Amino acid sequence: MSIRVENLTKYYGQQAAVKDISFEINTGQIVGFLGPNGAGKSTTMKMITTYLAQSEGKVFVDGLDTEEKAIEVRKKIGYLPEQNPLYLDMNVIDYLRFAAELESVPKGEINSAIERVVDLCGLDEVRHKDIGELSKGFRQRVGLAQAMVHNPEVLILDEPTSGLDPNQIIEIRKLIKKLGKEKTLVLSTHIMQEVEATCDRVLIINKGEIVADGSPDSLQDKFRGQVEINLVLKKDSIDKDLIERALASISNVERARVLKVDDTTITFHVSAKKGSDVREEIFRKIVAMNLVLLEMNKEEKSLEDIFRQLTKNSEKK
Amino acid sequence: MNNILTIFRKELRSYFSSPVAYIVLAVFLIITGWFFTSNLFLGGVVTMRNVFDIIPFIFLFFIPAITMRSFAEEKKTGTIELLLTKPITDLDIVIGKFLAALSLTAIALLFTWIYVISLSFIGKLDFGAVTGAYIGLLLMAGVYISIGIFASSLTHNQVVAFIISFLIVFALFMLNKVLIFLPSGLASIFEYLSIDYHFGNIARGVLDSRNLIYYFSGILIFILLTKTSLESRRWS
Repeated sequence: MSIRVENLTKYYGQQAAVKDISFEINTGQIVGFLGPNGAGKSTTMKMITTYLAQSEGKVFVDGLDTEEKAIEVRKKIGYLPEQNPLYLDMNVIDYLRFAAELESVPKGEINSAIERVVDLCGLDEVRHKDIGELSKGFRQRVGLAQAMVHNPEVLILDEPTSGLDPNQIIEIRKLIKKLGKEKTLVLSTHIMQEVEATCDRVLIINKGEIVADGSPDSLQDKFRGQVEINLVLKKDSIDKDLIERALASISNVERARVLKVDDTTITFHVSAKKGSDVREEIFRKIVAMNLVLLEMNKEEKSLEDIFRQLTKNSEKK
Repeated sequence: MNNILTIFRKELRSYFSSPVAYIVLAVFLIITGWFFTSNLFLGGVVTMRNVFDIIPFIFLFFIPAITMRSFAEEKKTGTIELLLTKPITDLDIVIGKFLAALSLTAIALLFTWIYVISLSFIGKLDFGAVTGAYIGLLLMAGVYISIGIFASSLTHNQVVAFIISFLIVFALFMLNKVLIFLPSGLASIFEYLSIDYHFGNIARGVLDSRNLIYYFSGILIFILLTKTSLESRRWS
């Protein structure tokens, strides 16, 4: 089941919330929309789910045009909107039955469909409680269960973990991972770790445009800049300027400076050329100077840094 | 059709799972009961006239109160997005909600048959006129409900929805009360648009197609306006 988005644009009045974006998502992928608040993630999802109409461009879900075959498209999609809206005065089972009926699950299969999602989302202990009485974590699971009751092939989850505590987040992520094995799953988030933890592919969206697209690893490779190394030495009689000069003399090292000095240690920061590995030479140099190396670590550029870099750059434009 | 039923059942249940239905029914019966008993015991006349005169007045407040929640609440909590991304048409949702509110009103009217039955024991009642009046009241309620649901679809604030629908139904209700201030050409248009004028005809036991067309087109127009109002989200 694929989702194909072609030159999608959405204007709110004069302002473009989504600008001419195109991408394609295939079965069995967990794709994360990553972007700051207001980047156009939710708007894009709302157009895929047919809640909003696009100003320009096309969206196809399993080859069906969302504008012409809205009802058919909706049958294939399970959707958890932002903020997880729920009917708080209904109890869990009644609500899931209501969702199943609206999704036109055949009458004879409604009970088994409900049992399936109750089981999958761990709702057994609260099945007869009113949704209004449930904790946020359980409500989120009810929202997910509602989205999956008709066993859709595409799941679209808008910020599925926002507002949850760390334990609940881990549980929901586990559930997403499990679901992603058999379904096409799109989720949005502004939390980088979420993408690193769950997604096969990331689309970084900023100001309505896709600024990066790829697996979390490939993005890290692509945007890796200078190699940054921190090292901690045991304090010695040798002058720190001398050490600094010695480090800077290593080939490929562009800069070395003292970061911090305290009673027993000195911390240095070394920047080397992109793609180089200067750790061995640093080690040898330090041994040659008869110094004691306590720590050395290479800073990896995280997805978070890439995200900041990309979203900041386009702000300057 | 199944989808309309699903929405209808859910809406009706939500009326009865909150205090709304009970408060509305109790208030409705207290007010009509007062007019019924005062007429019977103080006036000593066997007639439903007073009750039928007061119900259109009560509807002015009663129906906006029933319908104000229908879409405004869904917009406020965001559940409208859930509903509108399910594989059902916007029209199904509107009709389901319309029928649920109409049923609640019909239940309220059904309770007033206690008065009709009591009267039939003590005197001779014109059942033709009574039945006509009930049909008229139900049709009038239908128009008010479609207006109320439309008003509710315009906003996410229930109070605003109540005020808008009250203003529209009040205007429809008052149209034939200002006829003396108008030139005769305009007066007949106002009279035809007035909901009370048509009710007056039906309540006399005369089921004229002119009156029926008025009610049914009123219901249809506001249901379609509601549908358009829901669809407008997509283009905003």
